[in-house]
Order: sequence, then structure tokens, then C-alpha cells
Amino acid sequence: MFKLFEPNKIFSINSRITKYILFLFIIVLSIGLVEALFLSPEDYIQSHSVRIMYVHVPSAWIALGIFSLIALLSVISFIFKNKNFSIIAKSLAPSGFVFNIIALITGSIWGKPTWGTWWVWDARITSMLILLFFYAMYILAWRIFNEREKVAKITSIIAILGVINVPIIKFSVDWWSTLHQNSSINILSESTIHPSMLLPLLMMTAAFLLFSLLIFLMKYNTELIKIKNKGLDRL
Amino acid sequence: MINEIIFMKGYGLYVWAAFSFTLISFATLYTLIKINLVKEQNKFSTKFGLLDKEKFKVAQIQSTHREILANRISSKI
Repeated sequence: MFKLFEPNKIFSINSRITKYILFLFIIVLSIGLVEALFLSPEDYIQSHSVRIMYVHVPSAWIALGIFSLIALLSVISFIFKNKNFSIIAKSLAPSGFVFNIIALITGSIWGKPTWGTWWVWDARITSMLILLFFYAMYILAWRIFNEREKVAKITSIIAILGVINVPIIKFSVDWWSTLHQNSSINILSESTIHPSMLLPLLMMTAAFLLFSLLIFLMKYNTELIKIKNKGLDRL
Repeated sequence: MINEIIFMKGYGLYVWAAFSFTLISFATLYTLIKINLVKEQNKFSTKFGLLDKEKFKVAQIQSTHREILANRISSKI
């Protein structure tokens, strides 16, 4: 199964599909922006400020999803001693980090007109901030440590420790009394969001997913070329 | 109509700030990653060009090496 993830094969596919993903991302993002900013209705309580949801919520979802994936890949790489999985995990980190920052900043901007404050130390926001620190530690560890074996081990430990925070973020609104509302979209039960708002939210989520895929592919290729550069030195 | 789109009943500043921040973050991240990629591709092709004949032949066999060099040329275009 691991042969499917052979770096040379992935590199060959990456080089070809990157430009198509960029093109698709621009189209989906343009449609999503028109839907989110102009076509979707305003909320009867929050009025137009609800539009911030279309960038805040997908960013938070993707930041959480990417960190969970990094942790999963780290565990696989740790167990099977497969270096390629740690390179894939490393390549996912920059987009996850940026989405986490976007979620916090846009949440703060949304908080001012809705709650009357830019920041509160409530469970959801604080746990998202902790996730950002884990992202920062993960990226810094790759920069600080040079020895391949050591850095793979350290980053895996950071990812595994950090993923404990993910369910805390998810259920923080249920476990503690916070300013955040409960989730409006549920996979298992009926969602409480109106379809006219759900459509732009899904469009923006698709656009953000395409962007994170694009960044991942470019970063992965960069990492692979770095390895090939070292290989040329050894020839 | 245009005023409503810009001011959004007083929420325009917050909405436009959130969307602008998101798009600027995207553009910055994309640019940084692209610069890094092109830098590594250039470094690779320079090293490749400096190889002596025998090492060049060995290196050229690898399909990934050829792909990196081909991509570098297309990225310049």
C-alpha cells in the first residue's frame, strides 16, 4: 500500500496537476465570494456580520482537519518508520497554520460587533490558540533540528500531543459555558442552518480545501527537490 | 445599492476586514511557497549544470531529475 505514496510518483503527478488546481481554486473561490458577500441573505439577529462566518468557519474546520491528518501521518511514520509520511505531514503544516491564524483573526473581528469584544478567554478560543502554538512548535521543530531521525521523532511527539486538543476544541462549546454558539451543522443529526446560507458555506469550504491542497502540493515538491539537491551533492 | 454593499448596515468594516485579511493571507502564503519552490528548482539546475560528464549521465537517468529541470524551464516561461 505504501508504494502508492512513493515520492517520485507523487512528484510526477504534482508537477502536472498544480496549475489545474490553481485554476479550479480561483473559479470556486470567485463563485463562493459572490455567494457569501452578495447573494446570501443577512441574519435576522446578526445582520450582515454573519457573512464573516463564510471565512471563519471553513478556516477553523480545515485547521482542525489538517492537524488531525498531521497527527495520523506522524503515527504511521512513527510505527512503520516511513520517512515519506513525515514529509507529507511537514508539507501540510504551513496551510494548517495559516488557516488557524485566519480562524482566530476573523473570529476576533466577528466578536466585536456580535459580543462587543475582540477577545475573551473562553474555552473554544483559548483551545484554538493552543492549537496555533502546537502548529508553531511543529513548524519550528522542523527548522531547528537537522538530524532526520531526531526531527521525525520530535515532530511526531508534538503532533500526537497536539491532537489531544482537537476533541477539546470540538466539544468545548458543549462542555463549558462559552460565548460561542453550538454547532449549526451536524453530520449525524439535522443541521439548523438554512440552505441559502449552507450553500455559500460549502462553496467557501471547497475553495479553502483546494487552496490547502495547492499549498500542500507545492510545499511537497519543494521538500522533494531539497532532498534531490542533497542527493546531487552525494553523487 | 453600492452603499449597501460597502457599508452593510454598519457591519461593512468588519466584513470587508475579515475577507481582506483572508485573501491577503492566501496571497502571502502562496507567494512564499512559490518563491521557495522556484529557489530550490534553480539551486537544483545550477548543481546539475556543474556536474561532470559521468555524474551528469548518472543523474540524468532519474525521471524525477528530468521533471524538476523541465518544470524549472516552464516556470520561467
